[in-house]
This record gives sequence, structure tokens and C-alpha cells, in this order.
Amino acid sequence: MEIFKLLSITLGAILANNFIFSQFLGCCPFLGVSKKVDTAVGMGVAVTFVMGLASAVCFVVNKYILIPLDLAYMQTVAFILVIASLVQFIEMFLQKAMPALYTALGVYLPLITTNCAVLGVVLLNVQNGYNFIESVVYGITGGLGFLLAIVLFASIRERLVFADYPKCWDGFPIALITAGLMALAFMGFSGLKVW
Amino acid sequence: MGNIIAAIAVLGALGALFGLILSVASKIFEVKKDPREEAILSHLAGANCGGCGYPGCGGCAAAILAGNAPVTACAPAGPDNAAAIAEIMGMAAPTGERQVAFVRCNGGEAAKKRFEYVGVHDCLSATKIAAGPLDCRFGCLGFGSCVNACQFGAMSIGPNGTAVVDPEKCTNCGACMKACPRGLITSVPASKKVHVACANLDKGKAAMSVCGNSCIGCGLCEKECKKDAIHVVNGVAVIDYDKCVGCKLCTKVCPRDAILPKATAEEKEKYKAIKKAQAEKAAAAKKAAEEAAPQA
Repeated sequence: MEIFKLLSITLGAILANNFIFSQFLGCCPFLGVSKKVDTAVGMGVAVTFVMGLASAVCFVVNKYILIPLDLAYMQTVAFILVIASLVQFIEMFLQKAMPALYTALGVYLPLITTNCAVLGVVLLNVQNGYNFIESVVYGITGGLGFLLAIVLFASIRERLVFADYPKCWDGFPIALITAGLMALAFMGFSGLKVW
Repeated sequence: MGNIIAAIAVLGALGALFGLILSVASKIFEVKKDPREEAILSHLAGANCGGCGYPGCGGCAAAILAGNAPVTACAPAGPDNAAAIAEIMGMAAPTGERQVAFVRCNGGEAAKKRFEYVGVHDCLSATKIAAGPLDCRFGCLGFGSCVNACQFGAMSIGPNGTAVVDPEKCTNCGACMKACPRGLITSVPASKKVHVACANLDKGKAAMSVCGNSCIGCGLCEKECKKDAIHVVNGVAVIDYDKCVGCKLCTKVCPRDAILPKATAEEKEKYKAIKKAQAEKAAAAKKAAEEAAPQA
């Protein structure tokens, strides 16, 4: 049964409960870093990476530090602390160990520190009562859902250059309209039930 | 009370632990940077204004080091710092005069309004409503988008309602030029004092009817200039700063007061009188020459 539960978490995180289109988390980088597909892929990969790691570390912090000490109400603060330090640590590590990846991710890595999707995923892990493996899977697949959404969105925005829409919609207005339409399309996945 | 202390202790301990890990990690994973990058960074303006097109001053320093950006990439830092950066990079110091921004409009209250705009206090928004509240489709709207864009406090809305630049504070970073929806702001050499403060490309009556201070392309300044430094191009006077010596003759003949610094009425009268006297003198000389000719 375990594998089925993981599969349903995966499908839910990528399609039905997509972080951007149905939970409205991480909208800031979604709108800000989606002008080109290349940068969108970089941001998506970085977010996936950090969400997976943050889920693992925050699960440990929550289960072995906060809950035994009866401090569950401090989760938000503790998780922000964990995520911020984690992103800093990853940045240093990548700069030393994988300079190519570091330059590819560029400014997006530090930007993730304040990405609400990352904080969202660790809080949702706690809310849904996931165990360690489920948490990590939810983190990674949630990130993949973000990647899917931002890459699709960036592809559309690249093509919008050739579209003939009213001039006053130029820039963010047309981006928001597009995002809204995409969210409607993703609504079609809600109620998706395989098992 | 015990709860609070426990929370403080645990979170403090967590924070201290992470801080410790990070400080150790920063030693372990230390990457040897090119010392020149730090040196270049110290010569940049440090305002992170983004005027150079790179993400912050650090990005600009890296780009200069990689050779992707010129040593003059940071306009706010000024020529002295550009020369210092050139020295770090082993290049010849760049030459060129300090430039400052200039708003090519002096309409203000003289510009006729079609309606009173009461929306968001932003120039771009104002231009979206029926092409803006001014009759002049080129003029400064005075809602201060450039003032907000300026990181150095050099822009302000002047007493007559158009934006003005304080050349002392201006660093020519270019932020205001991007912010102006009408593209009215350009770079001019800081030492030059005479500027055409109008961007209206219409001629004659079309330009005259929308604003009291518009350039109508009459060409009087062009005839008056002794140095061939001012020309009417596309219906608006343009100064060639390489030739302009700042004599201000053009400001005295401009019937529309479109050239700054504005000449006062007295100055204009005085100049007219001098011109008249010169013309009479020339005519008298010509007459005398004609009278003298038959005798010879």
C-alpha cells in the first residue's frame, strides 16, 4: 500500500494540488522568473532541490526537537530558520563543489530563501501527518509540479511576444491573465482519482 | 513563563547551531575569488541601482572582470572610479566628459490640459487614459515616475510642474530615462548650460496650440547661431554639444522660450536693440559705399 500512497502523493503534488495553480504558493518567482524558458528551468530545478532537502531536514527538526519539547507552535519560525540556513549552506557547497551548477542557478538560489512554496511544503507535511519518506516525496514532487508550471508558463510567455493583445495589457496584466487561464486548465485535474 | 524561556532557548540554540555550521562551512567551502573582483567592487557606486543592466554591483564587477562589460559600465561611480577600474584591469583610462540627465520639456503650466487626471500618481498610468491629460503628446506629465526611479535624489518636480534634474546629484545612471514613458530624458554633457527643453516634433500651429513653451521649428535659433551648433531636426531644435560654446544667442531669439536658460524680456529687448543698431550701421555703411562708388 505504501507505494500507492506515494504515487497518489506524487500525482496530487504535480497535477491536482499543484503548488502554483491550486494552492497559490510560490507565485512571486512564478511571475518574476518566467520570461525565458532557460531561466525558468533553472529556477524550477533549484526550487525542487531545496524543497526536497527542506522537507527532509524540517521533518527531522520537527519530530526530534520541536515535538518532544512541546514547541510545535514554533514550527513556522523554526522552519524559516532551517530553510534560510539550508539555502545558504547549499549555496556555499555548490560554489565549491559544482561551480557550473552554481553559475547556472545564479541569483535564483538565494531567492528561494524567501519562497513561500518551500515554507508551504514543510508546513503541509506537518499538517498532513506525513512520515519521513512521504515528506521527502511530497517535497520533491511539489517542486516538480512547480517546475512543470513555470516551464509551461515561460513557454507561453515567450510566444506571447507574437500575440496581438491590447497594448495596455503589456507585461504583468497579460501574464496574470495567462496564469489565471492556466489555473483554470489545471482545475480539470481536481477530483482525479486513480486508486 | 517556562514555555517562553524554553522556546527562546530552543530556537536560540537552533539558530546558534546553524550559525556555527554556516561559519564552519564558509571556511571549508571557501572559494578563492579573483582579488581584482573585490577591488573593482570597491570602485563601483554601491547603490545596487541596476542602471548597468546587471543584478547589483557584484554582478557588474564580475562582468567587468570577465570582460563582458566596459570599465565605464557603472555610470554613477564617475570617471575617477572608471579610471581606477581601468588601472585594475590593466587598460588605458577612458576619456570623456561627465554626463548628466536632462528633461527635454519645459511645458509645465504653459502646457494645455485636456482633462484633470485623478488616477494612480504615475506617468505611465496617466498616458494610458486617452493618451494622457496633456494636449501635447510629447510633454512631461509631471507625475514623477522619474523622481521615484532616481536612487540619488537628483530628480524633482520643478516649480512649474515639469521634472527637473539636479546636475550636482545626477550620476547619469539612466534609471529615469527608462522610467519616463515619453522618453523625454537624455544624457547631456555636464559642462554645457544651454539646452532645448522641448521634444515636440510637430511644427508651427500644431506645436504652438498645445503649449506656451513649445519649439515650433521656426529655425530662428538656427539662423542666429554663429557656430552652426543648433539645427531644427524633425521639427524640434537640437543642439550639437560639440560645437555649442554657450553664448546663449539662441535663447534670446527663441520666440517660444523653449531654450534654457530662459532669456528674460529685458535681455531680449536689449539684444533686439543691439541687432537693430547693427543692422542700421550696416545699411548706412552700404549706402556710404554706394555713394562713394560713382565718384571713383
